[in-house]
Amino acid sequence: MSKILIRGAQVLGGAAQDVLIDGETIAEVGPDIAAGDATVIEAGGRVLLPGLVDLHTHLREPGREDSETVLTGTKAAAVGGFTAVHAMANTFPVADTAGVVEQVYRLGKESGYCDVQPVGAVTVGLEGKQLAELGAMHDSAAGVKVFSDDGKCVDDAVIMRRALEYVKAFDGVVAQHAQEPRLTEGAQMNEGVVSAELGLGGWPAVAEESIIARDVLLAAHVGSRVHICHLSTAGSVEIVRWAKSKGWDVTAEVTPHHLLLTDELVRTYDPVYKVNPPLRTEADVLALREALADGTIDCVATDHAPHPHEDKDCEWGAAAMGMVGLETALSVVQETMIETGLLDWAGVADRMSFRPAVIGRLGGHGRPIAPGEPANLTLVDPAYRGAVDPAGFASRSRNTPYEGRELPGRVTHTFLRGRATVLDGKLA
Amino acid sequence: MKHHLISAADLTRDDAVLILDTAEEMARVADRPIKKLPTLRGRTVVNLFFEDSTRTRISFEAAAKRLSADVINFSAKGSSVSKGESLKDTALTLEAMGADAVVIRHHASGAPYRLANSGWIDGAVVNAGDGTHEHPTQALLDAFTMRRRLVGRDRGIGRDLAGRRITIVGDVLHSRVARSNVLLLNTLGAEVTLVAPPTLVPIGVESWPCEVSYDLDSVLPKSDAVMMLRVQRERMNAAFFPTEREYSRRYGLDGDRMARMPEDSIVMHPGPMNRGMEITAEVADSDRCTAVEQVANGVSTRMAVLYLLLGGAEPAAPAPHARTEETK
Repeated sequence: MSKILIRGAQVLGGAAQDVLIDGETIAEVGPDIAAGDATVIEAGGRVLLPGLVDLHTHLREPGREDSETVLTGTKAAAVGGFTAVHAMANTFPVADTAGVVEQVYRLGKESGYCDVQPVGAVTVGLEGKQLAELGAMHDSAAGVKVFSDDGKCVDDAVIMRRALEYVKAFDGVVAQHAQEPRLTEGAQMNEGVVSAELGLGGWPAVAEESIIARDVLLAAHVGSRVHICHLSTAGSVEIVRWAKSKGWDVTAEVTPHHLLLTDELVRTYDPVYKVNPPLRTEADVLALREALADGTIDCVATDHAPHPHEDKDCEWGAAAMGMVGLETALSVVQETMIETGLLDWAGVADRMSFRPAVIGRLGGHGRPIAPGEPANLTLVDPAYRGAVDPAGFASRSRNTPYEGRELPGRVTHTFLRGRATVLDGKLA
Repeated sequence: MKHHLISAADLTRDDAVLILDTAEEMARVADRPIKKLPTLRGRTVVNLFFEDSTRTRISFEAAAKRLSADVINFSAKGSSVSKGESLKDTALTLEAMGADAVVIRHHASGAPYRLANSGWIDGAVVNAGDGTHEHPTQALLDAFTMRRRLVGRDRGIGRDLAGRRITIVGDVLHSRVARSNVLLLNTLGAEVTLVAPPTLVPIGVESWPCEVSYDLDSVLPKSDAVMMLRVQRERMNAAFFPTEREYSRRYGLDGDRMARMPEDSIVMHPGPMNRGMEITAEVADSDRCTAVEQVANGVSTRMAVLYLLLGGAEPAAPAPHARTEETK
């Protein structure tokens, strides 16, 4: 395999260095590396990060190939600087057997744009009643470590307890979609001042916080680790902070959109802003940023949720919940965390690559940029400014809340084990 | 005035007073043997009803017909809408047919806003009730009724409801009537108090321009008008209140309670009434209750809205009855 020399990149935002890729691994990191026969990429002014890892991606295949496939989703991931994504289990059929997770795993291998680590359902059919064959999914070729009924909450306390306990046998983790179902019947948006005016069914913060409180206590009781999906409220931050202060093995993620957008946008009744959990208030947004900065929230996860146009080009109540996010995630994090001074690029590498890889027990990703490590790398031009144009998305779906919005930063190159999946901002 | 009427908040004080004044002109037409004006001849008004509401639909229909508009009633039941046609495709169809105004009733909050702002149609959109959001023409006809009763039919012209104390009682949480009334009454200078069990008051109500009370008896003596909202019986099954009887005892309006209201105060109800639930027959049938007047006023008010949105008239347009003279 050929050699590639990335010249003058700011590694994790630090001093400019050269990075030589030889085959699938990083051969050398340092100043003034001789190019030799390597292809040279001039990277002055750009930031080199470890390939990004997403713990929360909806690839929609099998079943909803009209909105996304493993191939189109992994292309979108590569464009966004990701080298590994966790494919959520709420497909049709549900990824609740070894057969389905192996199919998704194989489709990911075939795509070649990004590693796909399937997530297994916690319960059969996401019904919350009977544990799926978690061990079989773990033992399969897909090697599942993360289990989630995402889209639905494992609301039965006993089922949740058993799942938390059971996956300890193979160092798995349950990723909880925290949503008390009774408190969110008919919920359409965050419950508060805006929902009161708009007459839309409220999704109260307490519906998320009460489940998180229960689950951190359960995890502590049975000595398991638990991961909280898409934390969205200031109260959830407080609970996770408290659980961590106890030394309990609790991790949490936040989406880019919850770091930037608020429920004020719902005043447009434009379903592009309809998402679950819903957009919250400015105070929540600020608390989430703070928590990501101080490590209370471990990582950013996109909750990339593609939907076909017709499911968003309608009245609010009839619209599907969710936003695409893979191709804009890093830009939103730059805007909300870097440009506010809350994180530096090393911090972004930690929250978008190192920590999600550790939570997912994903070997080969989220590694340091050092000789001998796999060459999973993302090169970012932080000086870039441009309006988001969904027409140019690699994703099959266009349901982005950022259309026309100017965001900073652009991924110019992504390398998956030494092979460029993105070159000069275009899919390779 | 704006091109559409989606929310009572779309109206300034002067817009609202103009509508009420125009409605008084329209009401005079209703007193004549021939209740028709040529104003909207050749214009097409579509009543697009995704939700059953015979009362509101026939009110708009009568209003449009009295203005000589062509009226098309498009009901979701038995049409392509019930076969899964989207709001967008329905809108494009109406646009192709040349609708000048679309009066829309929809079960989803925000559907009229989407219709007006998505580029699907060019015509004026009038919200005839959307989900639990708003029902601005109901608020206008209520304000019209209050102004007539509390200020006077002739004295009221050009005036608002400054200083009037209006109490709205019942299921505020699910009520589009309450939302539109709070906004419009505030614009018109009235002081609004909402009364309901705490379970039926929305979280976030503190940002509304009104007071909230859980105690009907303490508010009644200070009310110039008391508006009783319809309480859906199915709310009982969702634990909003324990039983119908308990609701009725604590928040229902009966003769004893009505007797504690100020002398010239009125009782309002947007209909249909649950007699024996939020209002007793004694109150409903009393002279103070304006429920039937509200229905009549609804036609005049909706005529005014359609006239002002579609007539192309400037606010200072000649009074409609003057035009009928010309057509003779």
